Amino acid sequence: MAQASGGYYVPHGTKWPIVGSIGLTTAVVGAANMLNGTFSSAQAMMFVGFAIIVFMMVGWFGQVIRESEAGTYGHQEDISFRMGMMWFILSEVMFFAAFFGALFYARMFALPWLGGEGTGLSTHDTLWPSFENIWPTNGPAHIGGPFETIPAFDIPLVNTLLLLTSGVTITLAHHALRKNQRTPLVWWLIATVALGATFMYFQVYEYIHAYSDLNLTLGSGIYGSTFFMLTGFHGMHVTVGAIMLMVITYRCMKGHFTPEHHFGFEAVAWYWHFVDVVWLGLFVFVYVV
Amino acid sequence: MSVTATELDHHDDHDHKPSGFLDRWLFSTNHKDIGTLYLVFSLVMFLIGGSMAMIIRAELFQPGLQLVQPDFFNQMTTMHALVMIFGAVMPAFVGLANWMIPMMIGAPDMALPRMNNWSFWLLPFAFAMLLSTLFMDSGAPAAGWTLYPPLSLQGGNSFAFVIFAIHLMGISSIMGAINIIATILNMRAPGMNLLKMPLFVWTWLITAFLLIAVMPVLAGAVTMLLTDKFFATSFFNAAGGGDPVMFQHIFWFFGHPEVYIMILPAFGIVSEIIPTFARKPLFGYVSMVYATASIAFLSFIVWAHHMFTVGMPLGGELYFMYATMLIAVPTGVKVFNWVSTMWRGAMTFETPMLWALAFVILFTIGGFSGLMLAIVPADFQYHDTYFVVAHFHYVLVTGAIFAIIAGVYYWLPKWTGNMYNETWAKIHFWWSVISVNVLFFPQHFLGLAGMPRRIPDYSVQFTEFNQWSSIGGFAFGLAQVFFAIILIHACYYSKKKAAAQSWEGAKGLEWTIPSPAPHHTFSTPPKINKDQLAAGHLD
Repeated sequence: MAQASGGYYVPHGTKWPIVGSIGLTTAVVGAANMLNGTFSSAQAMMFVGFAIIVFMMVGWFGQVIRESEAGTYGHQEDISFRMGMMWFILSEVMFFAAFFGALFYARMFALPWLGGEGTGLSTHDTLWPSFENIWPTNGPAHIGGPFETIPAFDIPLVNTLLLLTSGVTITLAHHALRKNQRTPLVWWLIATVALGATFMYFQVYEYIHAYSDLNLTLGSGIYGSTFFMLTGFHGMHVTVGAIMLMVITYRCMKGHFTPEHHFGFEAVAWYWHFVDVVWLGLFVFVYVV
Repeated sequence: MSVTATELDHHDDHDHKPSGFLDRWLFSTNHKDIGTLYLVFSLVMFLIGGSMAMIIRAELFQPGLQLVQPDFFNQMTTMHALVMIFGAVMPAFVGLANWMIPMMIGAPDMALPRMNNWSFWLLPFAFAMLLSTLFMDSGAPAAGWTLYPPLSLQGGNSFAFVIFAIHLMGISSIMGAINIIATILNMRAPGMNLLKMPLFVWTWLITAFLLIAVMPVLAGAVTMLLTDKFFATSFFNAAGGGDPVMFQHIFWFFGHPEVYIMILPAFGIVSEIIPTFARKPLFGYVSMVYATASIAFLSFIVWAHHMFTVGMPLGGELYFMYATMLIAVPTGVKVFNWVSTMWRGAMTFETPMLWALAFVILFTIGGFSGLMLAIVPADFQYHDTYFVVAHFHYVLVTGAIFAIIAGVYYWLPKWTGNMYNETWAKIHFWWSVISVNVLFFPQHFLGLAGMPRRIPDYSVQFTEFNQWSSIGGFAFGLAQVFFAIILIHACYYSKKKAAAQSWEGAKGLEWTIPSPAPHHTFSTPPKINKDQLAAGHLD
């Protein structure tokens, strides 16, 4: 059904995008109805939507992988894929920037003003004259009740080391691939996945600890909001990255990729380094400072 | 002359269009078909958003409440903005990019054709979700398109639908932008250097960068709204240590680049049309490129001029005032260059040129009122009045929309192979350009006299200007229905066939291929003859 058109490969006809649109729409309409509590099976609708999205991704990526292994893509297509991934990662960076921006704005401006700094800003005087700006805080109304925070130089430090090490192992895997040493390649990839999974294990452990022992929840004022949204979105990205790593590990075991032609591998490595760098920002600004 | 690629196309067995309707439109990977889908979608949304504007103008025809409930009026102002921005203007530009960029740079298609399909096919779903809120018991969102908390958090069931619809639109825009950047940077024919690209391609390259940088920020902002409403977070709640003003900062960090996303491609279209009908190369091509890039850079550092009255420290007010005024410099360069292009040109005034000229004059009026709004002490008077409404409708209607209409008249012969009816199109132009000024110019006076925006009722002394405005509004709305008729006529019934080079003075690769453009063009890269290029005077 797909034909090469002259120099550049232009596929003819694709069913996957419309499947993806149906899946995404089903998922978000289900989610919206679930949030509104309009009908009881909304949650099921949301999961059906997610299932359709997974089906689409398997089908779409599978088709691209088959085309790639059949040698359909040349140098120019390779550059298109590289640019696509590069700019996609930039868009992800900007998504995290919004949440980092919220954290910085709250700590640099909103909380000092609530604590009485500045002139002509009367919220402090008229509403909460006793509020002092001390981080961490859940605000002048103590939303969510008293809570404790997770110390940086404990599990978070271990997690930092885990992710940094995983950045080294995936680079070693890449070197092995370029030298066409398939056995070390697979083992370094498995090590990377294992490090990522251990990271996620500790994150889940930490969340359970926060909710059950520290009373630190998503509802713990601005601290809980920024803490859980930043680490939560990061954790989702690590999970997605780990799934991507598992896929390329499987592909490497199947003998996919050549020492010269392995953009699928590199895209996942870029993505993994991106979640790694975001974590460094999180470690410094969410846990340490 | 070298039209080698297109000649080859005729012998290409793969050149046939897909035969089935679904194959052609639902599963398309063809940049021209997807461009058509975008443009048709945009026209439909333009008419839907326009009907909402008609309801607003009908209610405002006289003081007091007569036609609609205040809450429904607020739903109309909110939905009109969302539909026009995300449904009409942005998809129209992406549609033009899809159609024209591959043909302008000598590429066989967009760089990522399957993703191109998805970029479009998310939009009908997103807008079905958004428009479905009109039929909910609690109605559509009514807190304004800017969704400021805490007001937006107090809406009904529509809220979650709007947030998720915006997420889908954002995904669509980001994928579209990635595709456009990859196409421009990777798919140019040999010899099509960056500084030989048509200016429409340049402006879209920079716009795509803006989209990738700011659409995710909007996604983050609306996600925070969602969690504040449903998951007990306190981002915008001062009692929890957050700040409702923080939303405005994050929103306008997206919002200000967004307004340039809606005008830079318009600059590009006008920069194609004016040289054609002045029969002169664009004056100051390189300075146009740098001016566009400067405007894009400045768009990131001026956002708080939308919120001068919100209670910022004085240093912030001063900084954002001066930074905003700086934008007048590169914008002035552009207007100067358009005027200089026409200086001593052999001018003719076909319909695309008329729209482009109206763009230059009326967009500049919108730019001047923007400068007035940039002055902090003056803005304290103008803020949230009809002066602001007049300002942004001059830049968006007589700016963005006029440029889109100009582009449609300019390139329609290439798309369909037919000429539109020139007499009707000129009637459409004069009808629109007069009515749009009757519609929006009095709103300056209303705003200066203190009439607030987004209110269904007003004090009696504002009646006369409002009646002028409403009459202009109905006339302008009707003119656009006429536009749709002209387009349908041109596509299906026009007997007048277009030449490959549809306009005498037109330069650029798109005019070297037949009209209508074959389903596939430039399957092998064309040889570029510098006489064919608009920017060919460079060397």
